Amino acid sequence: MIKIEHLVKNYGSFCAVDDISFSVESGEIVGLLGPNGAGKSTTMNILTGYLSSTSGKASIAGIDILADPLGAKKLIGYLPEQPPLYLDMTVKEYLNFNYELKGCTLDREQHLAEVCEVVKIKDVYNRVIRNLSKGYRQRVGIAQALIGNPKVIIFDEPTVGLDPKQIIEIRNLIRNLGRDHTVILSTHILQEVQAVCDRIVIINKGKIVADEKTENISRAVENNRRFNVKICGPQREVLAMLKSKPGIAYAEVLAERDGDAYTYTIESEYGMDIRKNLFFTLAEKGWAMIGMEALGMSLEDIFITVVDKSDGSDKNARRDARRSSARKTRSNLESDVAGDLYRNAEARRRAAEQEALERNADKTEDDED
Amino acid sequence: MLAIYKKEMRSYFINPIGYVYTGIFLVFSALLACYTTLVSESYDTSNYFTTMIFSFIILIPLLTMRLFAEERKGRTEQLLLTAPVTITGMVMGKYLAALTLYVSTMLISCVNFIPIYAIAAAERAGDATSVAHIGPVTAEIVGSMVAILLLGAAFIAIGTFISSLTENQLSAAVVTIGVLCAMVLLNMLNNITDSEGNQIIGAYAIRAIINWLSVLNRFSNFSYGIFDFAALLYYVSLIVVFIFLTIRVYEKRRWG
Repeated sequence: MIKIEHLVKNYGSFCAVDDISFSVESGEIVGLLGPNGAGKSTTMNILTGYLSSTSGKASIAGIDILADPLGAKKLIGYLPEQPPLYLDMTVKEYLNFNYELKGCTLDREQHLAEVCEVVKIKDVYNRVIRNLSKGYRQRVGIAQALIGNPKVIIFDEPTVGLDPKQIIEIRNLIRNLGRDHTVILSTHILQEVQAVCDRIVIINKGKIVADEKTENISRAVENNRRFNVKICGPQREVLAMLKSKPGIAYAEVLAERDGDAYTYTIESEYGMDIRKNLFFTLAEKGWAMIGMEALGMSLEDIFITVVDKSDGSDKNARRDARRSSARKTRSNLESDVAGDLYRNAEARRRAAEQEALERNADKTEDDED
Repeated sequence: MLAIYKKEMRSYFINPIGYVYTGIFLVFSALLACYTTLVSESYDTSNYFTTMIFSFIILIPLLTMRLFAEERKGRTEQLLLTAPVTITGMVMGKYLAALTLYVSTMLISCVNFIPIYAIAAAERAGDATSVAHIGPVTAEIVGSMVAILLLGAAFIAIGTFISSLTENQLSAAVVTIGVLCAMVLLNMLNNITDSEGNQIIGAYAIRAIINWLSVLNRFSNFSYGIFDFAALLYYVSLIVVFIFLTIRVYEKRRWG
């Protein structure tokens, strides 16, 4: 539905977007994630035809945004970072203006009523936008993007400045929209992406540093290797056993005590599930395991690590990894997952480059022929 | 384009600016008509039109200052530029809205001529034997009217362009006033003389260029009731050039 190929945008000597390629399938909800100034908004602005790219191609449903801007823009509903509202209009006037601006052909009364219903702005329909609260303004902005029932909806940080209840409402709204629209949204709130998106694209300094299905990331996160285990038994011996056990990267005792049971935090080595094994070992020794709790690894940590990794040179990252594994600290866990994500993105990019090179080579050969 | 035109027209009248413009203009033109014709007991309307041009220096920026500056400040231009409308359509919609307001107030101000014609009719009735023409020359009035509409349209194009350069309405207005002022006063340079009565700008070539550029100079033929095709072309090209430049400003920003 949306295809971005080798997009580059320079502002003078500053490179805001540096060779970004990704595509979005029809009906997918994709989250663009990244720290401030990563190039999310610029990418979206190029995609909506507000800015032109320095080089590269962006197309919506096969229509190139530069070759046929009107055709492509007709398919897009866009909510910029700051909702583009005319403060001196009423909501009704504003939506009617948008209806006309987009050359909408649906039944006006019915369509506007539907849109208002979806974003719940019926009760402010006749009020002047200047007097509306931030949350309502945001919703009017979303309503604007929905007018004309566009195939692709692009939201730039749709939940900024809303209260928690509104945020949940807007997220539900976006998820519902995803049923029959293609949605791209940018955010730097991770739960949002996790809650709403099918796929996550992490951008840092104008480059894609990770591009994964949310379920893959969630699995990586859930594929937990860090547990709190409650074991009855002599503390020192249990700990010594845990530490020496192959497959366990790290173990420590927590200060919790429950009768003769202590709580230990353990971390398995990457890619190993030691739970069963641990159970049998403990059973052999006669130490009862009376509780096991998986500790969540937050998406936040992964995100930060991915971004850090892409910031620092690879050499740095490797040195850090070595140092942390030597210390057997807990941080290498996120680092592993993040490293995987980053490597995946890298590999994909390299493959794409290779492919482009080959295509070019073919072309020149053809030309020569 | 139609949607933007309608929106601009509406916004002139949900904001005070439309009322301020029409109000000031109509009051001013009525007073001007009084002083130049009724009070000075003359049927000559040329002073009326020439003075009116000077009032445009202040009035036209009122119409044009907010056209693009406001959109840019409120970030609403993003809506227009990502909507399925061409940049040309957007600029034309806005320009035509300002033009419509200008032309309609100008036409309304034609009521100022009613008393002059009425008085002329009365005088003619009292002096039926006179052979000389009594009353205003309709051809002169129509000619001046056409010229002043063209001139205003050119000024609006200039104001539109300046508005697209800034996001501050006030600076758009000030710069427009400056530019219009310079354009209107340009041919006065030619008339400045030193104490001995010699013209300060001696070179004929420079005087010719200034005359050529001057908006007032172009106006004079129309005010004699002569349809000056060259002047028409001059005004129309001013309009086209500045509209084109406005479009370029937006194109360029996209690539910036």
